[in-house]
Amino acid sequence: MYRTTDILEHKQSPSAGGVGEAEYMVINVGPQHPATHGVLHLVITLNGETIINVEPHLGYIHRSIEKMCESLTYRQFIYTTSRMDYLSSHINNHCCAMSVEKALQIEIPERAKYIRVILDELTRLASHQLWWGAMAMDIGAITPFFYAFREREMINDIMEETCGARLTMNYMVPGGVMFDLHPNFQKRVKEFIAFFKSKIDEYDEILTGNVIFQNRVKGIGMLSKEDAISYGCTGPTARASGVSCDVRKLYPYELYNNIEFDEIINTGCDSFARYQVRMQEMKQSLKIVEQLIDNIPEGDFQAKTKAVLKLPKGEFYTRVETARGEFGVYIVSEGATTPYRIKFRSPGFSNLSALNHMAKGNKIGDLVAIMGTIDLVIPDIDR
Amino acid sequence: MPSLENITNTIHTWLNNHVSSTLATLIEMLIVALLAMGLFAILGLILVLMERKVSAYMQIRLGPNRVGFKGSLQTLADTLKLVLKEGLTPNGADKLLFNLAHYVVMCAAMLILAPLAFAKGFQIWDINIGVLYISAISSIGVIGILMAGWASNNKYSLLGAMRSGAQIVSYELSAGLSVLCIVILTGSLRISDIVNAQQNGWFIFKGHIPAIIAFVIFIIAVTAETNRAPFDLAEAESELTAGFHTEYSGMKFALFFLAEYVNIFVVCAIGATLFFGGWMPLHIGNWQGFNHAMDFVPSSIWFTIKVFGLIFLIMWFRWTFPRLRVDQLLNLEWKYLLPLSLVNLLVMTVVAIMGWHF
Repeated sequence: MYRTTDILEHKQSPSAGGVGEAEYMVINVGPQHPATHGVLHLVITLNGETIINVEPHLGYIHRSIEKMCESLTYRQFIYTTSRMDYLSSHINNHCCAMSVEKALQIEIPERAKYIRVILDELTRLASHQLWWGAMAMDIGAITPFFYAFREREMINDIMEETCGARLTMNYMVPGGVMFDLHPNFQKRVKEFIAFFKSKIDEYDEILTGNVIFQNRVKGIGMLSKEDAISYGCTGPTARASGVSCDVRKLYPYELYNNIEFDEIINTGCDSFARYQVRMQEMKQSLKIVEQLIDNIPEGDFQAKTKAVLKLPKGEFYTRVETARGEFGVYIVSEGATTPYRIKFRSPGFSNLSALNHMAKGNKIGDLVAIMGTIDLVIPDIDR
Repeated sequence: MPSLENITNTIHTWLNNHVSSTLATLIEMLIVALLAMGLFAILGLILVLMERKVSAYMQIRLGPNRVGFKGSLQTLADTLKLVLKEGLTPNGADKLLFNLAHYVVMCAAMLILAPLAFAKGFQIWDINIGVLYISAISSIGVIGILMAGWASNNKYSLLGAMRSGAQIVSYELSAGLSVLCIVILTGSLRISDIVNAQQNGWFIFKGHIPAIIAFVIFIIAVTAETNRAPFDLAEAESELTAGFHTEYSGMKFALFFLAEYVNIFVVCAIGATLFFGGWMPLHIGNWQGFNHAMDFVPSSIWFTIKVFGLIFLIMWFRWTFPRLRVDQLLNLEWKYLLPLSLVNLLVMTVVAIMGWHF
């Protein structure tokens, strides 16, 4: 194999034929680059086509969301989280709403729980579909992107009908959800499930089974179980390295302990394993939505809450599983209407930190394949 | 029946009767040059639109449909935009090479047109080493790409150009060897001889399995040679933004773009000539009636159908396959295609010597 660290050591040692670091080429990938899906700035050191070092530079779209949250009330700060991981905005909102509910010990109605979980899973599906298309595009196949968007559009339409937005939902509020479901909701979700089930095999036909694709992703971006844990990776990235870390299973919230679904774990540790984990997670999400969609109970969609929420003094941490991994909200409250300090634990940040480890010694072409499989959303990393 | 052959002959005789033969040759050269440039422009218009329509069809969308009838004038509008744009030369670029590169690429693409037979008796230059000429000229294009990559003073461009250099030099071997398979069957390098030899059936049918293998290798190799997906590493949008033409804008970029499409046309024309009989109608052995019926379709139509069929195939590749990695690309050539085409050439020689082909 060409990708070994001994080549690098050989080049760097001064005794090895006088080939010094001057041979290396430094390239700025991003912040405006077609492969970084947003504005990630990577400084990569190259030896020919081989990557010596990848250094992510953050700060290009830093909006100081955490600081902003300190002056927003507990009803308002949820909206900023839609702008972090914009592909999992429902799930982010869900986590914030849940943390406030937990602190105030609000019991939310059963109907709200169902709505929340269904929307979470639809969001996860939409996010994984986008990831699939974008990853295929990174690898050079442009057509899958359009297939992915065909299905994602249906989910977006459902979201639009339910909460009036397609991207920044802001639908989950402390105590439940903001409005009741649209009368069409169940029908359209069922239509979507039936349609997507007939199309999901197409995904495998056009991309997964392709020999060029498999050669591109198999055996690259290795991340061992130990490394995945020590870098703090979560979500599909860690599960592809054999780490069991699905918050929905380990620390079930809302309805997840009553729902039948599998935690997908793969021990392949490479990009292909991460790809497969996400592909199978889509099927699990479908399964969850199918179980719930017919059983949404009647009743209130929102618990009665006070107009002004004041969290008791103390520290509160809540976590959920977004499409990218574990998302946590850590609130320090001094008993006022605004938080004293808020810290978001975003999955993308930890996953990105493993990029250098995964990409070292691979080719430039592999870098985009690896970045594709760790599914980065930059506003989530750079808050 | 009026055919392109009659027209060219009439013009030739008329010119020779009215002016001195030197002047007649010069005028003919001028006409040919104008025709070649006209072909270039038309090819650019048609192929770009075709690519967009084909990709739209494969990607469940409509493609351009606003300018002109069903978007037929879209390419004209795009060209107009490119003409009006400023052709930037970046600071620190090698100005001479930077501004020369796209012309080199264009000239290389243009020169290959010379020995191609577009229809019966409609050929610019029936040179006796036609096939050799084509493979020689087609390697000049890579010099333009290397010049562009080097002169841009951009690391992405440099990487793209280096990839492209390695790729084109490697894949030329397989392309050349698969072309040789057909040369063995005819015993001539002249394009008109090759086409005439397919009077009673195209080589892809006549040459048994070796010809089919040669065709498959040829298509893979020329896709790589024209830097098309899945071998578009020189441009590799998601890795190198646009590779060797990252820094080019306006008409300079348009010339690269045009050269790419003309190159596709040229390689497909060569493929059609070698494996599908060029302008020769579909003839099957001794079926007189069938052969006669096929002759009614003009030879230029046959040529166009075959070439555009192959172009569609290459476009189909582009919109279906992911891109290879640079080491996989070279492995594919040196470890699989090259040995395979060498063995195939040997088998073809045996077939030709034993007279097993039809």
